[in-house]
Amino acid sequence: MTRWVRSVIAVFLKDWHSELRTRYAVSALGMFVITTIAIIMFSLGSEGAPPDVLSGMLWVVIFFAAMSGLSRTFVSEEERGTSMTLQLLAPGSAVFFGKLLFNLVLSVALNAVTVVLYAAFVNGFVIKTLSIFLVAVLLGSVGLAAAATIIAAIIARANTKGTLYPVLSFPILLPLLLAVINATRLASEGAFFQEAAGEFQLLISYIVVVVTASATVFDFVWKD
Amino acid sequence: MTGPTSIVAKEIRKVFNRRIIFERISFALHSPRTLVVSGRNGSGKSTLVKIMAGVLGPSGGTIALSGPGSASVAGRLMLTGLVSPYLNLYEEFTAEENLRLGMAIRGLPFDRAFAHELLRRVGLFTRKDDPVRAYSSGMKQRAKYAFALIHRPSVLLLDEPMANLDAEGMAIVKEIMVDQRQNGILVVATNDLADVDRFDERVDLNAGR
Repeated sequence: MTRWVRSVIAVFLKDWHSELRTRYAVSALGMFVITTIAIIMFSLGSEGAPPDVLSGMLWVVIFFAAMSGLSRTFVSEEERGTSMTLQLLAPGSAVFFGKLLFNLVLSVALNAVTVVLYAAFVNGFVIKTLSIFLVAVLLGSVGLAAAATIIAAIIARANTKGTLYPVLSFPILLPLLLAVINATRLASEGAFFQEAAGEFQLLISYIVVVVTASATVFDFVWKD
Repeated sequence: MTGPTSIVAKEIRKVFNRRIIFERISFALHSPRTLVVSGRNGSGKSTLVKIMAGVLGPSGGTIALSGPGSASVAGRLMLTGLVSPYLNLYEEFTAEENLRLGMAIRGLPFDRAFAHELLRRVGLFTRKDDPVRAYSSGMKQRAKYAFALIHRPSVLLLDEPMANLDAEGMAIVKEIMVDQRQNGILVVATNDLADVDRFDERVDLNAGR
């Protein structure tokens, strides 16, 4: 294992252990998911809604939950005054990929919990093609984590982080959201896997572009 | 890190929002060598230290750090240790955990015996398992010294080195400074001009203003 890889894993483990002790991100994410699903559940009552509306609402919950939690990885470094400490320890690329790995794990776990709660409590949400849905959630989680990580690094030093984060994220995440919403709709309508291939190609391309661009500009974003 | 190390600055300047913090700063330090950076509040002492640590770029001029492994970014980071009021440790972790993660993030193995030696040296060994958030400001300053020295840097940068320290803490820091001046490069940024004569070189940021 190279020194760079060990640094990436160490940054991830540092954030992981820090999260286990402070629970900043998990608390924010958990409370947001529970609250929004409860509101959707009460507002729909027993009437339900068409599959395309329910697919869109699932990703609205996931998007805003991610906005409330995934920025913590860089914002907490700024708030605690440890950004410079980290800059003195490892090259920017190792920090970026360590943080990306952490957000990836958090995003996949968050989306898994959200999907289970959404399917259990929202009336009328039925998935007929599970393979499409699982791939969409997985690729959506990866894309969300990738975009959220670099945007978190950009807004971490701003005074209005809370407002800026979703506002800046929305246009960047729009292609990803449109693709996952469409794939989720296809899954709920019982489409064949091949019918969603275009959405998956778009999602994979999106992830590759965002990760490559983020890794390239990260040093400029993160350092003064 | 052992081996000859040098920091060479040529005509560096720093500008924030069109305001010139300092300009035409040049020096050449080859280990073993000491430098004191003096100047009134706001003269740019901390900014110059940050530039020397590599966490801030100059607006003009060049600064080069050379030493064992300095060809790579990770190698250059290994050469320097920094203690300053604006550099914080992870408060949810203990002092020993901070030292451990400092080495882990550098991608290096953790030498527990050396970490304990450093914690003993700064007088924190009996509190090594307490989270840093439970420390007083003076204890945090002592922990920063252990954190800055855990990778055996050949360049030690100290910004206001005596901040928050009691008499015992100051004596510990003076010992660390004596050791560093024998083995590598020591740079101190301070308002306290009492010991300025003990340094080999001086950059006075008030000069020319």
